[in-house]
Amino acid sequence: MATLITILFFGVAYGMILYLISVGLAVTMGLIGFVNLAHGVFAMLGGYATVSFMNRFGVPFLLSLAIGCILVAALGFLLERMLYRRFYGRSELDQVLFSFGLILVSVAIVRIAWGPLAQPIQLPNYLKGQVTILDLALPAYRLALVGFGAAVIAGLWFAFDRTLFGARIRAAVDNRAMAESIGINTSRLFSLAFGLGTGLAALGGGLGADVLAIAPAYPLQYIVYFLIVVAVGGLGSIKGPFVAALAIGISDTACRYFVPEAGSIFIFAFVFIVLIWRPNGIMERR
Amino acid sequence: MKIVTASPIPSLVAPFTINEVLKLLPWLAAAALPLVLPGYEPLATQVFVMILFALSLDLLVGYAGIVTLGHAGLFGVGGYTAGILSVHGFTDPIFTALCAMVLAAVTGLAFGVAILRTKGLTLLMLTMASAFLLYEIANKATSLTGGEDGLQGVSFAPVLGLFEFDFRGKTAFFYTLVALFFVFVFVRAMIHSPFGWSLRGIRENDARMVAIGCPIMRRRLIVYVISAALAGLAGALQAQSTQFVALYSLSFELSGNILIMLILGGSGRLYGAFVGVPVFMFAQDLLAKQDPANWFLGQGIVLIVMVTLAPGGVLGVAERTIDAIKQRRKA
Amino acid sequence: MDTAMLETRGLSCTFGSNLVIADVNFTLRPGERRALIGPNGAGKTTFINLLTGRLRPWTGNVLLNGVDITDLDEARRIRLGIGRTFQITSLFPRMTVRENVFLAVAECEGIAGNLLRSVLSYGRQVARADELLHRVSLSDVGHVPAQLLPYGRQRLLEIAIALALRPKILLLDEPAAGIPTAESHIILDILATLPNEIAVLLIDHDMDLVFRFAQQISVLVQGSILVEGAPSDIAADQRVREVYLGDNKHGRPAAA
Repeated sequence: MATLITILFFGVAYGMILYLISVGLAVTMGLIGFVNLAHGVFAMLGGYATVSFMNRFGVPFLLSLAIGCILVAALGFLLERMLYRRFYGRSELDQVLFSFGLILVSVAIVRIAWGPLAQPIQLPNYLKGQVTILDLALPAYRLALVGFGAAVIAGLWFAFDRTLFGARIRAAVDNRAMAESIGINTSRLFSLAFGLGTGLAALGGGLGADVLAIAPAYPLQYIVYFLIVVAVGGLGSIKGPFVAALAIGISDTACRYFVPEAGSIFIFAFVFIVLIWRPNGIMERR
Repeated sequence: MKIVTASPIPSLVAPFTINEVLKLLPWLAAAALPLVLPGYEPLATQVFVMILFALSLDLLVGYAGIVTLGHAGLFGVGGYTAGILSVHGFTDPIFTALCAMVLAAVTGLAFGVAILRTKGLTLLMLTMASAFLLYEIANKATSLTGGEDGLQGVSFAPVLGLFEFDFRGKTAFFYTLVALFFVFVFVRAMIHSPFGWSLRGIRENDARMVAIGCPIMRRRLIVYVISAALAGLAGALQAQSTQFVALYSLSFELSGNILIMLILGGSGRLYGAFVGVPVFMFAQDLLAKQDPANWFLGQGIVLIVMVTLAPGGVLGVAERTIDAIKQRRKA
Repeated sequence: MDTAMLETRGLSCTFGSNLVIADVNFTLRPGERRALIGPNGAGKTTFINLLTGRLRPWTGNVLLNGVDITDLDEARRIRLGIGRTFQITSLFPRMTVRENVFLAVAECEGIAGNLLRSVLSYGRQVARADELLHRVSLSDVGHVPAQLLPYGRQRLLEIAIALALRPKILLLDEPAAGIPTAESHIILDILATLPNEIAVLLIDHDMDLVFRFAQQISVLVQGSILVEGAPSDIAADQRVREVYLGDNKHGRPAAA
């Protein structure tokens, strides 16, 4: 029983990281419709920024995380305005090729700057060790992941549902032409949403540095998982991917625990089954 | 579309015209390579295998409009099928190659049925997931596949019982060249057939194709299975010519590379594969050895520049140049 | 009594919570020349989409020659002999005019699945495609990519593609849309040469074209059939005038 709860717990933590990274992609997919394979790059850069500020400059963890997010969000905003928007009307193939090219360039730059090995992350003392809750010994780090993640997600959902910015995004996702005609500056909206999405990805990348290792191969290794969360959760939605991310986090953790020889086979098989059943994602409106 | 209106299209049983004979020349020249550049047979064989692989991808990407980043999955299935069969005593090259094609086709069918119901990001993701799934299976089934170390003990009997796979690679060279030729003739016939045209129609406007009574799911599935079989053939040829199968043949990296090779030459243009593959492999040979990071950087930059400035790859640029010259001649 | 070619019974369709087509009973007889008119937003294109299977109804049935085809998908209905044109031109943009028409001919004649024979070896089908191009006066632009055609000629290509299917029932969704009234006679000429066995349902706002073409007119308002009848009756009907034609008639009906 304790094992099951621990698995659940680890799975939820993993799922939260996946969600934080992927939600930006889900929103920009629904908003802009651009297949951005390079989304993982921003998560990776968030991780590198966090680790570098901590290791090289001794900046505390949370502050490094925050700085990393802001820097990456700014980068995302700039890239959207300067590069991405040139490809908005283009074919899917062109978008895929462009974003794949971006991945390759980023992987190379990161490899040259930081070397080919995974970045060691030194968790701050208050995140090391374990915390005992109800007779269960849970790692403090994962506990913090769940707690912090939940807080960010709650904030995100609040912003999405209750603020003007969120309303504008929902309107534009629903019907871009209509949104434009009521005066929403979709061009600026896209850039801001893109920046926000990449900032969140950086947060997920930095926060989850101990879950998804920060190494040059990061965007190539993990992009398929982010795409799975978005595809299963539903493009343009922010609640659907949450369910999808948790489902993937928990089942992946459970599978790896009970049948380690199978590796990630179950997850991929599981994804196929879900999408055969609901090709538009699990939150498909009937 | 240039390829259709530019040159006379022969049916498979057209009489030989001067045009046809001219088109055979590059093939004859390629066949003469061992005389002109001895020692390069293994590299040339690799190029032929990759061109065949790229042709199979072009059917999907360039004609049917199905963008896939998981085509290596089918390539690897072919390679491992041929390799594993040979390890277990079935060493006839043609037989194992056919088995590889069948297994790859079945795999393509199984995944295609799920994948082709979706579109856009979901479809792309599923193509990746299918290859990752196959990779994981091969990775974990070490007793069957050798896992990370690759498949050991692969060896094949002489082709047709006559031509042994020699050290210099001459047999492999001619074997893959002949296979490539047949595949090329087949693909070319398919492109100029009503089926091939309907694929382009599906790519251009699938809603309209439905409205003219076209069973688009069936058509796409057929081309997906054919493409899978050809990719599997390429994988088998790879296994047979190198006498080795590694996890790389199922990897995302290979899926990405083969897409880049095709795009470099120009997709949707029959000869794109023939241009892009040698250019890529030559560049890879030159740059990847020094520093993988530089190779990635170069690839990425070339890819971004090409998509921005020269969509359609080398052949696309060539087409536009020829058009520009023609316009100037008229004026 | 003739067997109806295409029929709907109690057909209703919703978008969200809006009833877009409300309990429509409609019959199109063999060889009939019918027009469907109504104000913008009345649901005319939606109705065509329901007939072809692009949309599924909430309730009701579509019948072809008495056989219920409500559950058949679009491609299958097309193969059973229903052809349509689109209000918003839907062509194969980068393929040539000739290729556009040939695709439809190939599907109609069942050769589209052939993988190995070259297109040009199908002499009969290629000839039929060329003949169709000739019929809509597009022979001179056979090698031009469809997206480069002027708008009016694209509308003609739309019709050619639909005719290539040898439909028994032809649903034309605003074929003359965007074509200046002075040139719409080209469309009328083509419609006049259609075989008598084909039942044609025409949707258009050009009242001149509608009244010259139709034997019968159905008026669709807010998803329901308001009235059906001969052109002169419709023109004289006060309700129609109020709802749609207004007091300033766009076109004059032909003398009864």
